[in-house]
Amino acid sequence: MVKRKILRKSPQKNVKGLSLQIIPYSEIRGLNISERVKKLLKIILGNKVVILQGRLRPEEEIRLIEDTMAMVDHIKSFRGIELAVIEPDAGNNSMMFKLRRGIAKSLIGDNNAMTVIGPASVVKDIRRDPRKLEVLLG
Amino acid sequence: MLKILKKFSRRILRSLFMSKDNLKIGFYGPPNDGKTSLANVICKDWTGEEIGKVSDIPHETRKVQQKEKVEIKYKGKTLTFKIVDTPGIATKIDYEEFLKFGVKKREAKKRAKEATQGIIESIKWLDDMDAVIIVLNSAKNPYSQVNITIVGNLVARKIPVLIVANKIDKKKSDIKKVESVFPEYDVVGISAKKKKNIEEFYESLFKLAKKV
Repeated sequence: MVKRKILRKSPQKNVKGLSLQIIPYSEIRGLNISERVKKLLKIILGNKVVILQGRLRPEEEIRLIEDTMAMVDHIKSFRGIELAVIEPDAGNNSMMFKLRRGIAKSLIGDNNAMTVIGPASVVKDIRRDPRKLEVLLG
Repeated sequence: MLKILKKFSRRILRSLFMSKDNLKIGFYGPPNDGKTSLANVICKDWTGEEIGKVSDIPHETRKVQQKEKVEIKYKGKTLTFKIVDTPGIATKIDYEEFLKFGVKKREAKKRAKEATQGIIESIKWLDDMDAVIIVLNSAKNPYSQVNITIVGNLVARKIPVLIVANKIDKKKSDIKKVESVFPEYDVVGISAKKKKNIEEFYESLFKLAKKV
């Protein structure tokens, strides 16, 4: 069971302006790398925190960082993103577990994980441990 | 995809027809974790010159820096490397962070702009590396998505990786935690600043070169 812990520096002040958008994996399944990154950045630039079912591939994550930096360079108020992926049983490194997960991934994709991406101005920090996630709001 | 295929075919050709010499070794990792400090130790040891400036202010390295033909000797063996020191990869750049270090606002904004371009440059260079050394601050939490993303991209490109847990001289340094995050990789603990465990690092570097 994935434990989530959301901490707020001063709850009343921050929750007011916090907007979350949950994206099911099915919504990005048919998109190519550019379209996926573009879709996510569009939501983030709207000052929303994205909770994506599943995770991006490594090449998509690095492209997201690359495109984010290009945006920081061009959009005055945009300072970047905070990004974290949480996978259930991430600490389990046994061969049997890896084999089972590999088969499941190849059949249904890696949508057992959860990705949290938010604008750096809204999300101060995402502290990730194998079994928990702490989102610190700015 | 095309880039990965190109890289893969180049590696096959290298393994068939070329010696394992003049390997391009990239130094990657988050900002301020000691990439340039370590690259400086190597370059100073074997060429007599440093590769770049270091400072306490993050994003001191904002352009890729290279040192050609760095000949390293270890236990009677000699290998020649091309050292590529890259700007630290981050997901956010805030010029206000630099103000805390006494940088003037105008200079901080310029630094932030150069840092964003440096990150893009670092990412573009990933495809050109023969092997990569990821330098992490062992006193910080290694569970950062940037670290995991860098490693994931190197695995996808089939580029051999060595993880350097730097700053072992710090009280909070925890090499075991770094090893637990990256159990499939060689992790060597060093202090580039205090020149601790540098011999062990060279041993790991030669092991890494064997994997290319």
